[in-house]
Amino acid sequence: MTRVLELRGITKRFGAVTANEDVSLHLDQGEIVALLGENGAGKTTLMSILFGHYTADAGTVRVDGAELPPGRSRAAIQAGVGMVHQHFALAPNLSVLDNIVTGTEPLWRPVSRRSAARAKLAGLMDRFGLTVDPDSLVADLSVGECQRVEILKALYNDARILILDEPTAVLTTQEAERLFATLREMTGQGLSLIFISHKLNEVMAAADRVVVLRGGRVVAERATEATSKDELAELMVGRRVERPRRPPATPGPVVLEARDLRLSGRGGASLNGVSFALRSGETLGIIGVSGNGQTTLAGLVSGLYAPDSGALLVKGREITRHAVPDAIAAGIGRIPEDRHAEGAIGDLSLWENAVLERIWSPEFSRRGLVRRRAARAATAEIIRGYDVRGAGVDSRIRLLSGGNMQKLILGRALSADPDILVAAQPSRGLDEGAIAAVHARLLEARARGAGVLLISEDLDEVLALSDRVRAIVGGRLSPAIPSDDADARRLGLMMAGDWAAAGEDAHAV
Amino acid sequence: MRFERRERPSRALSVLAPLGAIVAALLVAGVLIAIAGANPLTAYALILDGAFGSRLGFSETLTRTTPLILTGLAAAVAFRARVWNIGGEGQFYLGALAVAAIGMVPALAGLPSPLAILVCAAAGAAAGMVLLLVPLGLRLRFGVDEVVTTLLLNFVAVLFVSLMIEGPMKDPLAFGWPQSVPIPDNAILPTLMDRTRLHAGLLIALALAVAVWWVQARSVFGLGARAAGLSPRAAAFAGVPLARTLLLVGCLSGGLAGLAGAVEVMGVKAYVTTDLSPNYGYSGIVIAMLANLNPLGVIAAALFSAVMFVGADSMSRALSIPSYIADVTVALSLLTMLVAIFLTQYRIRR
Repeated sequence: MTRVLELRGITKRFGAVTANEDVSLHLDQGEIVALLGENGAGKTTLMSILFGHYTADAGTVRVDGAELPPGRSRAAIQAGVGMVHQHFALAPNLSVLDNIVTGTEPLWRPVSRRSAARAKLAGLMDRFGLTVDPDSLVADLSVGECQRVEILKALYNDARILILDEPTAVLTTQEAERLFATLREMTGQGLSLIFISHKLNEVMAAADRVVVLRGGRVVAERATEATSKDELAELMVGRRVERPRRPPATPGPVVLEARDLRLSGRGGASLNGVSFALRSGETLGIIGVSGNGQTTLAGLVSGLYAPDSGALLVKGREITRHAVPDAIAAGIGRIPEDRHAEGAIGDLSLWENAVLERIWSPEFSRRGLVRRRAARAATAEIIRGYDVRGAGVDSRIRLLSGGNMQKLILGRALSADPDILVAAQPSRGLDEGAIAAVHARLLEARARGAGVLLISEDLDEVLALSDRVRAIVGGRLSPAIPSDDADARRLGLMMAGDWAAAGEDAHAV
Repeated sequence: MRFERRERPSRALSVLAPLGAIVAALLVAGVLIAIAGANPLTAYALILDGAFGSRLGFSETLTRTTPLILTGLAAAVAFRARVWNIGGEGQFYLGALAVAAIGMVPALAGLPSPLAILVCAAAGAAAGMVLLLVPLGLRLRFGVDEVVTTLLLNFVAVLFVSLMIEGPMKDPLAFGWPQSVPIPDNAILPTLMDRTRLHAGLLIALALAVAVWWVQARSVFGLGARAAGLSPRAAAFAGVPLARTLLLVGCLSGGLAGLAGAVEVMGVKAYVTTDLSPNYGYSGIVIAMLANLNPLGVIAAALFSAVMFVGADSMSRALSIPSYIADVTVALSLLTMLVAIFLTQYRIRR
């Protein structure tokens, strides 16, 4: 096998922080290497050095044996290295073809050679099975399609080494599987790939070899067939991490009931008659392919929207004013789906973020003035109680890592002792350690007697935490099945809308 | 060369940035003064002397600072909540016109002076509010870009003022000049220094700057307005009533700009002309940016701007350098300030 890429002794410091220390790794032709590590382990920094976004303090990068000049992205591209970023760098108002051609032609060429570009692109799509309509606007594409465009963009530049930064972070399970099939196809044709991930499942499924990064150093390197998920988890985190187990439920009275909720036109996909009952001390998991109404349902229960028709009852009493303060006052705690866009305001301090949703309560304001001392004290309490690390009460919340931000959001929702907790995608994008912490808190809330409505695309999470599971399809809920009876096949049928086949023994609640 | 976001912008830096920006602007303007054939140091000394060196200069500088503080505050509170009120100039004129209109009501002359002043101030603020609430309502209801509407309403407002003072509000005793009927004496603000134009409006402006700062920093409304400006989606998720918050911000901003016009009439001129404002409304935007949207910073930025304008007038008489150098310096300081603000948030890496 030919060695196509070699990083040797890469060290990079940012001020006092060492992001990478003496990292060496190599990539052979036709190989898929996973770069595994928790958030902050230095994966993205390392790949940015390889791609010339950063200059390393020490170490060399060689492609096909030739050393790359540091800090020059163009040199990396010319050497055949392509990068697919986690956050797409596409112009939504341009077509797919425009996006791909942009930057590949000299500026002073008077006419863009479109037909040649189109033919080359068609050839690439054909060769790798990556189909996207070249004339559609990027704004109209799904997330999965956008990613295909990103990959095509790299391939169009004749990349032979492709780096994918957390490629599945924004994809649904099905899209992720399709992506991995494509990646296999690409290595079959002689390309070499590195993908960055902190998800053990996909590393085991897709990679030939795994390089584990922790605290900026390479701590282990394993062939995938010679390792296990447990071993990798331990290597990645540095200690044994187990997700907490769910004790048997002791359901109490119904705390939240939805009766034929309908809503269209706001909050994304519409709801077409959603009914469910959630008991105190139990967790109801709602699974589904994204875009089937789960975001709308979470928003509605969170108080963001009023339904067009139908009723939402909290402890038997109908909610008449659908507004956030009313939802919170009724005892609903809320974990938003997108913690950066909805859950926190990056440039406000931790304490402002922690109390904003309850600023109207006498605890945090009096006669229109913020009770800053009480607010700071309450925030300090959350920081202590929920083990939020990385910033103080007065620091801006953008300094927190995703996991710590989520802990603060959890603490904010749970410190009011809610009877109901709506948790939408509570562990999306978090690393193993943070997931375990979030899960423990959700189980704790359930044990304390809260009813937990868990809306998640992560089936492992839903099975681990829920007592009953329903699928949302086209704005309707499937009948519930006990999660102990659930398996991947059955959940797949439920999410596909084939409820009759999924629920021979299902019972509606 | 690349820019990297500073994770923890230092406090010292955010204080030094505006000072550095002004120094940089003065350096560049100094080159222009040198090209015009004078010694920049002499020119700056003359500017300072013109602005502070005499009783008259000093009082004129503060008189000019007064409306600039108010229009600066108007822009600062709006921009904090990402309400792009570019219509300060129009709101200023409408506020001034409202005072002139109230002044024509005979009953006003019968009121005790403090009450008359209060009525006039309220009328001016209300007129400014109305002029901003229209475009703001259009934005909230239909998504109409308020940058365009507030900007264009400036011309509508100034032309409306012109229409009124050439027509129904024209002073018959002004020898045909287009100006409004003067307001009665009991609505005139008391002067602060004898035989100068410096009036109590300065105290009003200073008090309002402190009040606005306090409201923004300490009140539930201030927190909501900042949240709504930084991230409307997250603010909505936290239950901040977006429309109500932005409308209140609009009332505050339009009210301050309208009050600036009202105070200018009540303190300086007693009547309205179409040259009442040497672009106070637009200068307010520059001043708000110079102050980094901090209400207390607005006081300093307004003073800087007033010093440049008043000082440059006397400097240009002495050195025959065009007094436009004041415009150039203030404009340059805005540009350098934008760079300075950027550098407080990012560092340069190679």
